[in-house]
Amino acid sequence: MSAPSVRRAGNRVFVAGVALLILWVLLPIWLLFVNALSAPAEVTGFPKRFIPSFDLASLSFFFGFSGVIDALWNSVRVAAVTMVLSIGVGAPAGYALSRFDFPGKELFRFLVVMTRAFPLPLLALPLAVMFIRTGLDDTILGLALVHTTLALPFAVLITYSLFSGIPLELEEAAWTLGCNRVQAFIKVILPLAAPGIAASAVFAFVISWNEVFAAAVLTVENRTLTAFLLQSLDVSPLPLKFAGGAALVLPALFFIFAVRKYLFAMWGIANR
Amino acid sequence: MPRLLPYLLLLPATAFLCLFFLFPFVQVAHDSVMRNGVYTLENFSRMAGHWKFSTAFWNTMLLTAVVVPIQLAMALTMASIVTKLQRGRSTILYIFAIPLGISDLAAGLIWLSVFEQSGFLNSLLVGLGVVDQPILLLGYQNTWIIFIAIVLAEVWRATAIMMVILVAGMGLIPKEYGEAADVFGASRWQKFRRVTLPMLRPSLQTALILRVILAFEVFAVVVALGGTQLPVLMSETYHWQFQMQERGVAAAFAMVILAVSVAFTILILRLLHVPKGARV
Repeated sequence: MSAPSVRRAGNRVFVAGVALLILWVLLPIWLLFVNALSAPAEVTGFPKRFIPSFDLASLSFFFGFSGVIDALWNSVRVAAVTMVLSIGVGAPAGYALSRFDFPGKELFRFLVVMTRAFPLPLLALPLAVMFIRTGLDDTILGLALVHTTLALPFAVLITYSLFSGIPLELEEAAWTLGCNRVQAFIKVILPLAAPGIAASAVFAFVISWNEVFAAAVLTVENRTLTAFLLQSLDVSPLPLKFAGGAALVLPALFFIFAVRKYLFAMWGIANR
Repeated sequence: MPRLLPYLLLLPATAFLCLFFLFPFVQVAHDSVMRNGVYTLENFSRMAGHWKFSTAFWNTMLLTAVVVPIQLAMALTMASIVTKLQRGRSTILYIFAIPLGISDLAAGLIWLSVFEQSGFLNSLLVGLGVVDQPILLLGYQNTWIIFIAIVLAEVWRATAIMMVILVAGMGLIPKEYGEAADVFGASRWQKFRRVTLPMLRPSLQTALILRVILAFEVFAVVVALGGTQLPVLMSETYHWQFQMQERGVAAAFAMVILAVSVAFTILILRLLHVPKGARV
């Protein structure tokens, strides 16, 4: 074989490989949505068609099921509180890491990186007791606090790399023009960093939205969607499971699309 | 004031991590050696004495040992592809990254739709005439199929996180190294083996640590696909905490998960040690 034909064959293998990997990622999601968009009788029936019948009976069965709407609403509320907390607490830390050199900086970075070496959902076990003592048990805020522990390291890392990417000179220019630190931050830095901060907020939302173990341990009456689905796994019929799965997956597709530009920022520290 | 400012900015995050990260871990360690108000190792002996413990432990280890190498190979392949692409790079990167945003429970349900008795795999098998009628795939008679289903779901779900880290790492490798290898006539494979892999060490380290620890935490995928038929450490922890109301034993399980996590973190740090002078 001559060199160009070898290369062409190589290219074909490459394209086929890429196509195969894309299929590997997308096909399972497609199958879940086929189930969610088919009538319950089709979901439990056999054999399966690989194309949905666009019958909304499964979905309306799911949304009409007692507790589902509440669970959805709880999931949204916990994720929203997690989002606000992790940005509110994380962004100042990210800013401090990017702008100042001070004793103890390495220690703090170590603390943040260390959170990744621990199985964080286990935190829910001791916190369950602490929450009962403080009245936070089975509340939106209690679970959001645990989810914030999961999301905070990412919020710190993303905002750190974000602020590091904005030249200090811009801030200094604002100072010389008469802004104080806070004004300079609000008028110059914040507009530049806003999209990235929004992305890290979305990421915090996703982490909370998807979390299963802590949610199942910490909520009883106010269950989130993941806790609800997990605890009803062995009793719920298939159409309910698949419609629930689809309800979990659909927002995630949009979230990842929204943050795709910032996917790399969150691993910044680790690579240095 | 200016000297205090960074500390002021770090204060909320530090306080938060102390209260909700460090303190609970001290607490769970304490709970694991406490029973009815006295210090004892009884929680651990009850845990180890239970017939499911060693099954759960070895299932978790076996899953990790099977899943992580597959994911490493796939993540390296995907990252190389994304790095090499000129057209459509961001689209393909987005598609590869989708599972990153998907809950482990949802991933379990996705693969349940494939493996359940009236599911897509059976439909395919019957359609192709391999079997006459749908077979029970996720039954207790063949736990190995449950195991394979869990492996597939885990590989499908959690390869993206490694891929993203490795793509970021590959972006940091200076182009000159690859060009130098080209000058010396290195093949693609040699370039990957001798240039990319060694330069990628810091990212490999991060990716592996993160992934191995998540693998020890495997929970919802297992429950969604196998119910209680394939116990793992995390599902047993949940079981003891919830159904048995034995918080001490659940804490003991947590300490086991914590111990293997820390042990493997140290092991990976050692194995992929990056000398200070060799960092990019």
